[in-house]
Amino acid sequence: MEIREIIDYLKNYDGRPLKLMEVCGTHTAAIFKNGIRDLISPKIKLISGPGCPVCVTPTAYIDACVDFAKDADHELLTFGDMMKVPGTGGSLSDNKSQVNVTVMYSPFEAIEKAKADPDKVIGVAAVGFETTVPAYGLMLREARKQGIENIRLITALKTVLPALEWICENQSDVDGFICPGHVSVITGVHVYDEMAAKYGKPFVVAGFEAEHILACVYRIVRQIQAGENQTENLYRNAVRDDGNARALEVIREVFETGSATWRGLGEIPDSGLYLRGEYAAYDGGSRGLSEDMELPAACRCGDVIVGRINPDQCPMFGKGCSPMDPYGPCMVSAEGSCGIWYRNVH
Amino acid sequence: MKITMAHGSGGQSSAQLMSDIFGKYFNNEILGRMEDAAVLEVGGAGASAEAGASEAAPGPARIACSTDSFVVTPLEFKGGDIGKLCVCGTVNDLLMMGAVPKYLTCGFILEEGLDIDILDRLVASMAKQAEEAGVKIVAGDTKVVEGKGGLYINTTGIGEIPAGRDVSSSNAKAGDAIIVSGNLGDHHACILSHRMEIENDIRSDCAALGDVVGALFEAGIHVHTMRDVTRGGLGTVINEIAGSSGVRVELEEEAIPVHEDVRGFADILGLDPLYMGNEGKMIAVVPAEEAEAALAAMRSTEHGKDAALIGTISEGAGAFLRTRLGATRRFDVLYGEGLPRIC
Repeated sequence: MEIREIIDYLKNYDGRPLKLMEVCGTHTAAIFKNGIRDLISPKIKLISGPGCPVCVTPTAYIDACVDFAKDADHELLTFGDMMKVPGTGGSLSDNKSQVNVTVMYSPFEAIEKAKADPDKVIGVAAVGFETTVPAYGLMLREARKQGIENIRLITALKTVLPALEWICENQSDVDGFICPGHVSVITGVHVYDEMAAKYGKPFVVAGFEAEHILACVYRIVRQIQAGENQTENLYRNAVRDDGNARALEVIREVFETGSATWRGLGEIPDSGLYLRGEYAAYDGGSRGLSEDMELPAACRCGDVIVGRINPDQCPMFGKGCSPMDPYGPCMVSAEGSCGIWYRNVH
Repeated sequence: MKITMAHGSGGQSSAQLMSDIFGKYFNNEILGRMEDAAVLEVGGAGASAEAGASEAAPGPARIACSTDSFVVTPLEFKGGDIGKLCVCGTVNDLLMMGAVPKYLTCGFILEEGLDIDILDRLVASMAKQAEEAGVKIVAGDTKVVEGKGGLYINTTGIGEIPAGRDVSSSNAKAGDAIIVSGNLGDHHACILSHRMEIENDIRSDCAALGDVVGALFEAGIHVHTMRDVTRGGLGTVINEIAGSSGVRVELEEEAIPVHEDVRGFADILGLDPLYMGNEGKMIAVVPAEEAEAALAAMRSTEHGKDAALIGTISEGAGAFLRTRLGATRRFDVLYGEGLPRIC
């Protein structure tokens, strides 16, 4: 089917109003970048889900990172978008003069640094979903093989599925899901089958080009109209139905599941990944980081993360919370829905 | 509140710092225009009044003045070095006001431990670029501070604005066309590749744009606005023009030139070429009927060979992008410092 026909169909859609959730922050960014909302009927509402790992990280985690990096014998490596996430005593960026933090581009930098400076302990702020977990696993596998002991992971690694289940349980008005492309590369698409059947909603995996997203929206709408609730994979050049067996094996070898706190959603059993067995020695204190900051009454972070409201419906949006001076992490990250809305809609 | 790297990004945080601190104390009508270079009238104000009877009498001479400090890691990169950069940057700021760059001064802050051989190479590069750009370096200063062998350079430039040229950020008008001089994001991607130790063929676009600007005026184009597209990227510059000129700008996404290597690099890191920095790119805003001639003039030059017509100006406000599939979306200035994303 030609993309023009899909656009025509979606532009002229006049059925019942629909709410579709794009789970992944990269999809949210792509939807804005390509002006997708402008191409479809206002009756099809796209809402953003909890798919930004930075945004669902509780304050206690940031505090643990700041504390770790304050020790003169420690160096903390982190991806750039964690730098500005506020903790109880400010962000890593706010504490820059007191902490030893380096922005990394790959977790494997930890191995080089640990070898170069054996007296130092190299910390890695490991935040992410299934997509990034295997890289941390592979890095530790290599560290263990080389007998490197001075690396510690402070993890806030989460799996997306339990959060989707939470949304299905708590927010019945979502009519269908644009499933995360990158996460599905690892997990495959069958992981959505059970939820699709149980909750009677379509789950469609999409890539990140405008055409991919429009095709995905189209398939969800058509499924709903036909009364179907299937899992579909529209990202076949990257996503295998069974996922990436090697990556899944690394995850199982290095990590075990445990309870984790999601900002906005609360504690979800079995949604966190923690170092297991022999790898547990590399843990820099990741368990039990559940405390989240007391949010001001006006902050609607929690409602934004689960798609109950659009970011610009939060009273603090642009008024006390902006990418320059963010209150919630959704405003910090390039993948956070508030930040994306601010940069595009403000 | 403390200074963060975002204050140096050229985006919204930089603008905030300008207005909150420097603008508060240095307020005057020349600085208040916030152009790439200040336009100053010197000498002849009284003389021209006296000679007012004669229509042929020249008015006061107009000169453009701009200053810029250069801090880049690494000091030498594919396509340039800090020496070349500090000449090109200031020369381009003068050119953007329609001025002919004439003189530069330079201030060096050297950190203890800097290799003299490196300094020699960088200064030689600076001299070579100054000669090519037709500017004389006429004053200088050197200070040494403790540090890790780094180097910072400030350059100030003076240029003459020929009579009849009136180029300003606030001169863009409804009906004008916007032309960019070439591919976006090369410098940003090159520097980031160096820092991340990624091997690729991306070279900085670091260049003085005298040939491009010269060609426009030689072709008799009535240039309304020129801006060099540096930190903050095209997105930020376009928003600033929309604001200064009180107009609506609409860009065609597909017309914006980005090299495929840079596009791939940006995709992987989650960066948008619209907000990536350049050191040898400019946009020209010209009357629509002169757009084709202006494009041809720019394309005839070395530094404008990839020039492209990217958008139009109409009445209204704000900056908009017409996407590949025909959607229209608004875009804003750069917020924060454009950090590579996590996943």
